[in-house]
Amino acid sequence: MRQMLILAGEEFREGLRNRWVLSTVLLLAALAFALALLGSAPIGETRVSPLGVTTVSLASLTVYLVPLIALTLSHDAIVGERERGTLLLLLSYPVSRWQVLWGKFFGHLAIILVAVVMGYGSTGLYIALSTGSVAADWALFVSMVGSSLVLGSVFIALGYLISVSVSSRATAAGVAIATWLFIVVVYDLLLLGVLLTGAGTRVSSDLFGMLMLLNPADIYRLFNLAGTEAASLVSGSLGSFEGTFLTPGILLAGLFIWVALPMAGSLWIFKRHEL
Amino acid sequence: MNALEVHGLCKSYGDHRVVDGLDLVLGRGESLAIVGHNGAGKTTLMKLILGLTRASAGNVALWSYESGSRAAVPPRESVGFLPEVVSFHAGMSGRQMLRFYARLKNESQRQCEELLDLVGLSAAADRKIGTYSKGMRQRLGLAQALLGEPALLLLDEPTSGLDPFLRRHFYEILNERQASGTSIIISSHALTEIEAQTNRIAIMKQGRILVQGSLSQLRREAALPVHILATCGAHCREPLLRELQTTAPTELLGANQVCFTCREEEKLTLLHHLTLHREWVTDLLVRPPRLDDLYTHFVNGDTD
Repeated sequence: MRQMLILAGEEFREGLRNRWVLSTVLLLAALAFALALLGSAPIGETRVSPLGVTTVSLASLTVYLVPLIALTLSHDAIVGERERGTLLLLLSYPVSRWQVLWGKFFGHLAIILVAVVMGYGSTGLYIALSTGSVAADWALFVSMVGSSLVLGSVFIALGYLISVSVSSRATAAGVAIATWLFIVVVYDLLLLGVLLTGAGTRVSSDLFGMLMLLNPADIYRLFNLAGTEAASLVSGSLGSFEGTFLTPGILLAGLFIWVALPMAGSLWIFKRHEL
Repeated sequence: MNALEVHGLCKSYGDHRVVDGLDLVLGRGESLAIVGHNGAGKTTLMKLILGLTRASAGNVALWSYESGSRAAVPPRESVGFLPEVVSFHAGMSGRQMLRFYARLKNESQRQCEELLDLVGLSAAADRKIGTYSKGMRQRLGLAQALLGEPALLLLDEPTSGLDPFLRRHFYEILNERQASGTSIIISSHALTEIEAQTNRIAIMKQGRILVQGSLSQLRREAALPVHILATCGAHCREPLLRELQTTAPTELLGANQVCFTCREEEKLTLLHHLTLHREWVTDLLVRPPRLDDLYTHFVNGDTD
């Protein structure tokens, strides 16, 4: 536990040193503010609060951005240290490989936490102060920020899986980009294609739900966009999942499984590395 | 109790045997130099000792703990390691780096300052490691290896790239540690780098230890010839050689030198005869086999 915290702290400090923390906070804050200012303009007099709408817009932004940030941080974690030669020395110390992997995990998660909480939090606070908010809006906002962290964890774990499986940093970067593209963009296009070609009529709602559970980005989308008032206003189509087996609890559990499996896989492979 | 015991250690990558049935025992406070070509298996041996690589056969025991076994975690706290290519995060300062490693070994910040001082990096401690020279990185590497006063030091080619002054300082530090009971293993690709600083030398080739012992033992075993260089006037060379009637092979060098090649036990007799002819011989130089000759002798296998 102690060793893990030391490694996590070191990873976070490294993030501060190379300005990763700063740049992601600025990036997320800038985009969030832009969305908030642009997004709240056309609403006018509706029963949906500005914070609610902003939460939904931020969630759609997060789906693209947080996985990208997480993968950028994590794909290099093991293969990078291997290539630079620092891994050999680190593992000669009294640390075990699971401590290295989880230490890095929590360090990277802390970077994303700071970025998301500060970047989005500032926007949320700005909107709440300038337009007023109710507790329900905040609950929605907090659950969005919380699930964004879980989404970040998923992609950190996937990044490690890439990092322990390839033998060069360049390959890791390539695989990470491909992973991001497939999960966040291509998968949904494929699903949409199935629906549009008419094959979708034979796909039951439950099967479609299962297909969504196979993709962590879709789970996140469903969790934040489906079934909320603001969501049905902004993206009505996704509201249709209300009443299926995809309760928030199941969705969240699905996301956590998406963290656990790649982490377990990474550890399994990492333990078999010969240095 | 022995610091390290290695029995029948083998390591193969595919068909390639990197370490091939190696036996090694290192006592407390003993130092051993492992000398061999690049690829002789020195680095792999160190990784096996550290438990970073799994052995194909045989075992490694540190203070009777078996590394890699489930029953006892190898006492890594008491091992210091300096890898062949020592690399650190370039963006950190030397002090930050050392403190990070000290935390991992549960050692105090004060010790970091002492070690920085010992290796002469105090002045540069707050500079980024990226700006360090090779020698400075190597010294920082030594400092981290010395954290926690380890009972066993594994140094993989520690002196390559160090200038002679730094190398001597390096060995001074190691000798101090050894005197206080630390066991040390140093690997090197050249015997000259070791400078006879260790108790024992093991010459390694293709994953096996060809020969081991103290430098004088190795010298005796190799029985390499001694060269004696005599300087005399150009006109005195012929009469000198005639007068000596030596069986030792001779070689004429330049205008006024003769080089005699003789066995160790013939050396004194030959010297005695040479000094009898002081009217001809103006200078004598005895050249024992160099470390390089010794190494080449064993590695090339011309032991017979």
